[in-house]
Amino acid sequence: MPDISAQGRPHTTDAGHISFFRLYAHRIRRQARWLGLAPFFIFLFAFMIIPASSLIVGSFQDNTGALTFDNFIHLLKPNIVSSYLITINLSATTAVLGGLGGLLIAYAISLGGLPQGIRSFVSTFSGVASNFAGVPLAFAFISTLGRAGFITVLLRSIFGIDLYDTGFNLYSFWGLSLTYIYFQIPLMVLIIQPALDGMKKEWREASENLGASAFQYWFHVGIPVLLPSLSAAVILLFGNAFGAYATAYALTGGLINLVPILIGAQIRGNVLHDPNLGYALAFGMIIIMTASIIAYLWLQRLSSRWIK
Amino acid sequence: MDKMNSEKMIRKSFSWFWLIAGLLYFFLPLLATFLFSLKGKKGVLSFVAYQHVFADPNFLNTFRFSLQMSVCTVLAGLGIIVPTAIWIHLRVPKAKPVIEFFTLLPFVIPPIILAFGLIRCYAKPPFALTTSPALLVAGYVVISFPYIYRAVDAGLSVMDLQMLTEAAQSLGAGWGSILFRIILPNLRTALLSAIFLTFATVIGELTLAVLLAWPAFGPYMAFVGRDLAYEPAALAILSFAMTWGAIMLIQIASRGVSGSRFSSGDIH
Repeated sequence: MPDISAQGRPHTTDAGHISFFRLYAHRIRRQARWLGLAPFFIFLFAFMIIPASSLIVGSFQDNTGALTFDNFIHLLKPNIVSSYLITINLSATTAVLGGLGGLLIAYAISLGGLPQGIRSFVSTFSGVASNFAGVPLAFAFISTLGRAGFITVLLRSIFGIDLYDTGFNLYSFWGLSLTYIYFQIPLMVLIIQPALDGMKKEWREASENLGASAFQYWFHVGIPVLLPSLSAAVILLFGNAFGAYATAYALTGGLINLVPILIGAQIRGNVLHDPNLGYALAFGMIIIMTASIIAYLWLQRLSSRWIK
Repeated sequence: MDKMNSEKMIRKSFSWFWLIAGLLYFFLPLLATFLFSLKGKKGVLSFVAYQHVFADPNFLNTFRFSLQMSVCTVLAGLGIIVPTAIWIHLRVPKAKPVIEFFTLLPFVIPPIILAFGLIRCYAKPPFALTTSPALLVAGYVVISFPYIYRAVDAGLSVMDLQMLTEAAQSLGAGWGSILFRIILPNLRTALLSAIFLTFATVIGELTLAVLLAWPAFGPYMAFVGRDLAYEPAALAILSFAMTWGAIMLIQIASRGVSGSRFSSGDIH
């Protein structure tokens, strides 16, 4: 490998002039370095970007491949609109509740003065629990709160309370929310803990010296500083729930009307089987996810002003 | 002084309260699932559900299949990402934000969308790949690429790659020995993190496996859950134990390596 020491800087001649030929050659060589990333990008394009874009193209086509906007008109069918509304509602609910729970736990372990051992245990556990999703998580909740679940039976036999008589149903909106929150909270802990750790002690001390109460500190300093990171994290949780398929599939057997479940049904061809409508459904999802990632990046940039 | 102490007390009890509430929410379902999994035989607690699980040949077959897929995913993923990450650190640091942007893409394209796109592109000639497990592995590599990249990137950031390679070169080492005798040994812990996390993700993965129609462990679990009551609980406990084991191994592997504290959040 030639001249590592030069590190891409152009050589200067003895007279101090830049040799234009060398500068040019150097530029080419520097550009050529990007070629080293080619295998990676070829792979990514072949197995992620082109497949995903082909769905967008497909959503503008009919069965013969001709250009059409019908698929988007079909998106306005009541059952599809309602599936988007339910999915958005579920994702927003679990993002806000999971975000709140995760924030409180992250606060407890980073600023709350709990012993160090607890902190590392909670961090490790968050890593495990945020990965413990999908089929096993659904099973855990069925065995706990399903009709024959452990807690359901316990409540019935000891306290005489029948959960399912009180209107609770694990396979309904709130049951699904409760299950999703199980992986949302730990994800929030992992995302927000660095931001809480970045809160400088001096800020709190300074405001205390000026006579601020804890409430005033949080209201005027803490929350404004954290707000961009908090909203960015909640958006990430929103997207995380919006794209989740495995948990909902295993919990409800594909019976609940969520967008990922509908897309899965289109792929498996066991309901309406109109692939182009499936592409439009996928396109709608990609748009929502893209909007959330843009908002996330923008908020991240805002928050990096305060928290390094 | 008193005011500050009492505020500290409030803060501490507030923290304990939320910690305990969190522990209840997270451990109650695990405990309930475990107890439920022991009820396989009427009237007594027993491990009969676990025996049934292990006795089912489909359990072993699907688990073996998913294990093979995760080994292939680890090999292919590291094969693509390690050289790329090294190249970025050494030669094109400008590409870093670009790659970081791409690590966010699997978020925009969740597995359900990925599966759909892969089927559309590779179901028919000239690229009829849906009958080959290679397509499944490719999808898994895409899913695990953010974890692998972040782990390797963190590992490379804590070593002075530039200086190490220059020193090796001035001692006459070629690129092969630089890679295998200097960089990779120094990346050991980062690579272990990447490997265990990929395993934890791929072993029980459902979406890609079920939509590409492979007899993997995730679809098997979902299938068992449809007909049986106690065996699914046993499977949930087993996979929780496996995930826990994988994360513990990451912790053990990265202990003592400062600056490479690795957090993992999965995107489902």
